[in-house]
Amino acid sequence: MEKLKSFLSGNKIAQGVLIGVYVLITSLALYLSQKSVVAFLLLLFSLLLLYYTQLSNRLKWLLAGVVLVGVLPWAASSGPSYQSYMEVATLVGIYVAMALGLNIVVGLAGLLDLGFVAFFAIGAYTYGIFATGQASNFMPFGEYPLSGESFWLFILVGCFAAALCGVLLGIPVLRVKGDYLAIVTLGFGEIIRIVYNNLDKPINFTNGAMGISSVTPPELFGMQFTYPSQFYYIVLGILVVVMFAVRNFEYSRIGRSWKAVRENEIAAQSMGIHLVKTKLLAFAIGASFSGMMGVVFAAKQAFVDPTSFTLLESITILVMVILGGMGSVPGVILGAAVVTILNLQVLTEVTNWLNQMSMEGAISFPEALSPSKMQRFIFGAILILFAIYRPQGLIPAKNPVFNEEELKAHAAKQTGKKSSVPEDRAMQA
Amino acid sequence: MISEILQTLPQVLVDGLTLGAIYAVIALGYTMVYGILELINFAHGEIFMTGAFVGVAVLFFMSGAGWLAVMPAILALLIVLVVTSLVTGVLGMGIERVAYRPLRKAPKLITLISAIGVSFLLQDIVRFITEWKRGNYIVTGPQLFDSKIGLDFSSIWSHFNDAILKTSSVILLVSAILMMIGLDFFVNKSKWGMAMRSVAQDRDTAALMGINVNKVISLTFFIGSALGGATGVLFAMQYGTINPYIGFILGLKAFTAAVLGGIGNIRGAMFGGLLLGVLEMFASANLQKLTGGVFTAEYKDVFAFGILIIVLIFKPEGLFGKAVTEKV
Repeated sequence: MEKLKSFLSGNKIAQGVLIGVYVLITSLALYLSQKSVVAFLLLLFSLLLLYYTQLSNRLKWLLAGVVLVGVLPWAASSGPSYQSYMEVATLVGIYVAMALGLNIVVGLAGLLDLGFVAFFAIGAYTYGIFATGQASNFMPFGEYPLSGESFWLFILVGCFAAALCGVLLGIPVLRVKGDYLAIVTLGFGEIIRIVYNNLDKPINFTNGAMGISSVTPPELFGMQFTYPSQFYYIVLGILVVVMFAVRNFEYSRIGRSWKAVRENEIAAQSMGIHLVKTKLLAFAIGASFSGMMGVVFAAKQAFVDPTSFTLLESITILVMVILGGMGSVPGVILGAAVVTILNLQVLTEVTNWLNQMSMEGAISFPEALSPSKMQRFIFGAILILFAIYRPQGLIPAKNPVFNEEELKAHAAKQTGKKSSVPEDRAMQA
Repeated sequence: MISEILQTLPQVLVDGLTLGAIYAVIALGYTMVYGILELINFAHGEIFMTGAFVGVAVLFFMSGAGWLAVMPAILALLIVLVVTSLVTGVLGMGIERVAYRPLRKAPKLITLISAIGVSFLLQDIVRFITEWKRGNYIVTGPQLFDSKIGLDFSSIWSHFNDAILKTSSVILLVSAILMMIGLDFFVNKSKWGMAMRSVAQDRDTAALMGINVNKVISLTFFIGSALGGATGVLFAMQYGTINPYIGFILGLKAFTAAVLGGIGNIRGAMFGGLLLGVLEMFASANLQKLTGGVFTAEYKDVFAFGILIIVLIFKPEGLFGKAVTEKV
């Protein structure tokens, strides 16, 4: 066993082959036995294995792309539960993007935002209102509902609307001490929900508690997007953009100033970082991811109502970030996937199984304890346990390690070059 | 329009003070913990909710055993209050011991997350126990006091309408005021109160002066939670129906009250609670008339939240708090 381990950890080709075989087996298993949720989960699990291999980064991305774009939809496509698998995969994608957004706010900038779902709601309602007849109640010009082609534009509109709200909320709040932020955002999340719930009077903006139904599906070159298997690709596309943005932000100047603000505000400020600006940017960027996914969510459900945006949702996204690891992009992706699948599949499966057991009389099981109702309990327990025992999460954030010698040599070369220039000039003179 | 507002004013004041008394006592719990640990105890709203449920459970037990019929209502209330505050007080101490003490040196963000976890955990534990035992998590408790008193405001000034006061409101107000006076006395006059104030001021120096800091913090949580639980009982009596999710929005408003009065300041929290209660009742009664029907009474939560933001922008130290400069 030890031998095998050491062989594997040294040999990249063996790792690659193993991953390939694993993907092949699980995808075939899913292809052949369509009802097996386990096969579906194991196939998704291959992405985590891939993360831990020592293949080059480019190859990892390539393989992940192949699995997500080709293998997963293909393996799931042959049976009746195709759409439900794709629904789960789409929702995982939506939550991954939101968790990545919250990760910027909580993980990188260290601002606890408990009303994150508000931005999701803003995105969803932005599209929901304009893609139905709702907008004709207050817009003086234009014809509503807008056509499905406007969806692509609205991804950007939702993004900016959410970012704007993030800034508007942030300006008053971010100037005061950090812990107030948690409670104010908590309130903000509730307030947005209450406002959307009551904005059917005096002018009917949101249709109140009834919600907005039959939202126009997106359309591209005459093709309508109505099935989860189609939305899957939209979400995947946005996700690529989001991940690219996150990775670039994290290691840029702004990303480093977020981390500095998180570690110590006063020290960061004295190093010349503009506190409010930095925090506002974190807020706006985090919110914008959420806003984009809100638009997709509205189009996918074709229905928007205030009950989708409760405090529980905000806390769910927070749990994803804490579980995966604050500030760690792969961790947050894992956290989002685990929590979403737990929520959508595992809890319902376990509940069904328990119900069946108690129907057969094997055990007596009170309805009140059914796992699908216990989300709050599970999330609360995860939050406490991770806060106490593993605050860095499942995959802790890594700071890039620099080789000191190399940097020094590089710096010496640079300064040597610079200092040599005036010398040359001096000689010429 | 003004005469309409004036007519309802006495009733608004009475209801507002009742609601404000609840906010005030819960705000005390927030403000005490914040004063001593600089931590927003998110679970406090849930402790209040647990108190309401424990109180109703005790009442159900007493009426099931036939004790309610034979004893005077006020004695029954006293028993319920004492039992509930002991239970929630111990619960608060336990929460501090399990979820906050291991994190005392951790970054504040982590402690806050733990606090949110506790709050969610409590909500669901109360939910499933209630649902398991009673089949539904929305509970209406037995009413001890259901008489009403008419207050003759119109004889004071003819523009006022008469107000109606429920007996339970009187009891609520009296108990809340007693609790507040008792706490104020305890903190300012007793030896333990002095220890609490010193720990709040400087934990390390207090420890050097021979104060058992852990014990004082436990005591703070006990007192805050006991008061919160007792308020829960009073709330259940006043408003009848309770569910496991009442603690959240009420806790949020009580926290607003604590910030309004200056967080860490006990008398400020009492005043902030009463003020917020009256303001909120006024808003819910008159918002529709004042804005010509644009905002309905549904927006009263938004109103309370707006107050929080305004206070945070213009006077973050609250009405009675002192501005603190952060030391490096």
